[in-house]
Amino acid sequence: MTRPTRTIEESTFEGGGARLRRAPEDFLSPGEIAEVSSGRRGFLRGSFLAAAAAMAGGSVAGAGRALAADAAAGDDAILKLPPWSTSLGQPVAATPYGMPSKYETAMQRRQSPGLTQVAGSSVSFMPLQGMFGIITPSGLHFERHHQGWHDIDPSRHRFMVNGSTPDFVKKPKVYTLDDLMRMPSVSRMHFIECGANTGMEWGNVAVPTVQYTHGMLSCSEFTGVPLITLLEDCGADLKKGKFVLAEGADGSSMTRTIPMELVLSGEVIVAYGQNGEMLRPENGYPLRLVVPGVQGVSWVKWLRRVEVGDAPWATKDEADHYIDLMPDGQHRQYSSIQEAKSVITSPSGGQTLLDKGHYNVTGLAWSGRGKIKRVDVSFDGGMNWVEAQLQTPVLSKCLTRFNVGWNWDGRPAILQSRAIDETGFVQPGYRQLREVRGTRSIYHNNAIQSWKVAMNGDVSNVQVL
Amino acid sequence: MFKFSDRPRLFFTALAFAVVGGAGASFALDDFSGVGRTATPAELKAWDIDVRPDFLGLPKGSGSVDQGMDIWEGKCAVCHGTFGESNKVFTPLVGGVEKEDLKTGHVAALMRKDFPARTTFMKVPTVSTLFDYIRRAMPWNAPKSLGDDEVYAVLAYLLNLSDIVPSDFVLNDQTIRDVQKIMPNRNGMTFDHAMWPGKALSGKDVKPDTHAVACMKDCKTAPEIASSLPDYALASHGNLADQNRRVGQVRGQVTAASEAAATSGKPSAAALAEASGCLGCHAVSSRLVGPSYLEVADKYKGKDVSAQIFAKVRAGGEGVWGDIAMPPQEEIKDEDLKTLVAWILDGAPTK
Ligand code: HEC
Ligand code: HEC
Repeated sequence: MTRPTRTIEESTFEGGGARLRRAPEDFLSPGEIAEVSSGRRGFLRGSFLAAAAAMAGGSVAGAGRALAADAAAGDDAILKLPPWSTSLGQPVAATPYGMPSKYETAMQRRQSPGLTQVAGSSVSFMPLQGMFGIITPSGLHFERHHQGWHDIDPSRHRFMVNGSTPDFVKKPKVYTLDDLMRMPSVSRMHFIECGANTGMEWGNVAVPTVQYTHGMLSCSEFTGVPLITLLEDCGADLKKGKFVLAEGADGSSMTRTIPMELVLSGEVIVAYGQNGEMLRPENGYPLRLVVPGVQGVSWVKWLRRVEVGDAPWATKDEADHYIDLMPDGQHRQYSSIQEAKSVITSPSGGQTLLDKGHYNVTGLAWSGRGKIKRVDVSFDGGMNWVEAQLQTPVLSKCLTRFNVGWNWDGRPAILQSRAIDETGFVQPGYRQLREVRGTRSIYHNNAIQSWKVAMNGDVSNVQVL
Repeated sequence: MFKFSDRPRLFFTALAFAVVGGAGASFALDDFSGVGRTATPAELKAWDIDVRPDFLGLPKGSGSVDQGMDIWEGKCAVCHGTFGESNKVFTPLVGGVEKEDLKTGHVAALMRKDFPARTTFMKVPTVSTLFDYIRRAMPWNAPKSLGDDEVYAVLAYLLNLSDIVPSDFVLNDQTIRDVQKIMPNRNGMTFDHAMWPGKALSGKDVKPDTHAVACMKDCKTAPEIASSLPDYALASHGNLADQNRRVGQVRGQVTAASEAAATSGKPSAAALAEASGCLGCHAVSSRLVGPSYLEVADKYKGKDVSAQIFAKVRAGGEGVWGDIAMPPQEEIKDEDLKTLVAWILDGAPTK
């Protein structure tokens, strides 16, 4: 394993605006780095880097602000016009469906090696470490499939509503996408989190970055028909029917019991839209259930059927998987709500701070019980806390972005965030969580995440009691 | 244009109107007239396959342990092992249950912190769940291919492997009720938690179980670090420098060779196999659902079979390696499939 050691000196340009020093390997080719290390720096003369390097090495009094070093009339990125300023660019529709910049390849869904045995029943994690705001780009939405995914022809997809017995639904019906898209629709922003998110960390630190600790999390604007509208259209008995079963059309035909209370609230949506376009195949195209606040497995993908009944179903994914083992050997069944949780996404595990000085500590908070009321951040491992700023919009059962400024003085630090939701629920620490649930639950780990900052700027995953 | 396939739909719409009678004549904005149609009894039967713990939805049928063993060996053992013990494709199904558990209804091994394994029979409280699971989702690569009697039989076999029923047992829609009474973890579930919205489950409002308070100042004297990332785990997830943007307030740490260097130019054949979904069923050196690629290379060594194998993979099929069929591989491009076939016949080299 090769780790560059990076020394962090006093900031050269205090008050001078942009941070000017960068670690060489970030903008030099390997060949150039080799030349620098072998002492041949001549080729760099005239470049801005040489100026910065010279200043970093010698006396800096006043030099920074004036950019007076002879080699540095300024930044070559400014002084030498780049090709994009001096040539014709590409025409419209060169990429009919636009793609991210070729420089953005770092932002990808990734698997955690060794987590599962086969990729058809597995997880890919969302790259939280580089995301802004609250909306997850559809192509980066986390994935969890039980029996692989399909790209279903929407004209051949059907959605059925029926009752456990004819008593529960007077008029069992079948809808096509044509039908559903004629009905009144709503668009709402909600987070979706797998119940097993952070599940690898119950007992101890296991994975290096926020992508793997918290990346079974995404947030989108979903568009579709409230399930209650469809149940009413079919003459469902909403008093006797205390539960509904949602069922998928994939090989696993995923089934989950949904509380009628949530359906009655109008929050549960039979959705076809995601961030302004149709759902992505990996996320249930052409139809999925949206069950705000509840763990992802209940948001049944490739939704083909909803059944109304008076008792829960104890399906495979609520009697065999997705059950939480407690210290007394009992399993919690039908654990569904994702309780308040938060995480700092930058700086976070596996990253390195490039310099002392100012940082925007930023992260996400969410609660399955409603809105986020407050997020606190600690820089000393939980001894003292400050309130972070919540970025609007702050929506119910949706990700909320928080930010707080921090001046890193070069000393070790431990960064934490703590969410409080509108019910007054405070996100627990590992001690509190383990006291009641032990370490074998797998599901519903909403403990406070800690990131340790070392003197060399390296950030790593730790657990603080 | 009127197509023949539109006919049933129009018919059903008409039927729906007939059923609801006068309501069809209403022109209120939200009666959704013309939207959706009544489901037919045959359609309901085809899709409404769920079975509840009280056995509502259970189809009639029966199967013996012996019949189940044949099905298991033919269709399930490749992934789950002859005795349901395999860890290869998924966690073991059988094991960890003691005779005493059948009496208590609570698997004792679950209370032991030194017993990490959790097999299916240690967890599942309701036998209906297993019937429903196998009927809707197994075999994993050919879900919903078993008849109801086959589901009864293979479940009988699994129950026998777990010492819950004797080897001459016949499972049917009546005896399954007796099995429920001795399911080893039937009392192992609790609804006593605050993570279900509403009261319908436990009959009461349960409060959250963690009671954190938001202290702001001097909350403790020092942070106690209980666990840190082990060194091997830092490198186990690839090069973190490649997983972070090249601009911004931070960079990713260099923890391994660059991903870009590793996959420079064309993707490797192994990566292509992964991306094409082949590795869900094939591994290079061990048999999963299909033969290992080394076995394939070995079998055809020295023979010119590229075209034949190309056609076989494209069309799918069974019989060469066993009863399990490879589904047709239709998505993969000709050029990529050629690359893969050549790679496999060459012994699937890593470079
Ligand atoms: C191609 C490999 C494969 C074959 C063949 C297969 N299974 Fe499975 N089985 C799996 C996988 C993978 C899972 C986990 C599915 C998931 O993650 O949702 C599983 C899960 C199960 C489970 C639940 C396991 C648990 O954790 O409790 C049962 C029971 C089961 N299979 C029975 C069968 C039976 C019976 C057959 C034969 C009729 C069969 N399987 C054939 C791969 C297979
Ligand atoms: C769902 C499981 C599955 C998938 C996915 C799958 N295979 Fe197979 N494959 C099998 C099975 C089962 C056999 C054995 C068929 C037989 O016995 O004739 C097989 C056989 C083969 C053989 C040997 C053929 C012969 O006649 O000897 C090759 C080569 C092969 N697969 C390549 C591939 C490639 C390449 C892919 C991906 C594009 C792929 N397979 C995807 C299950 C699968």
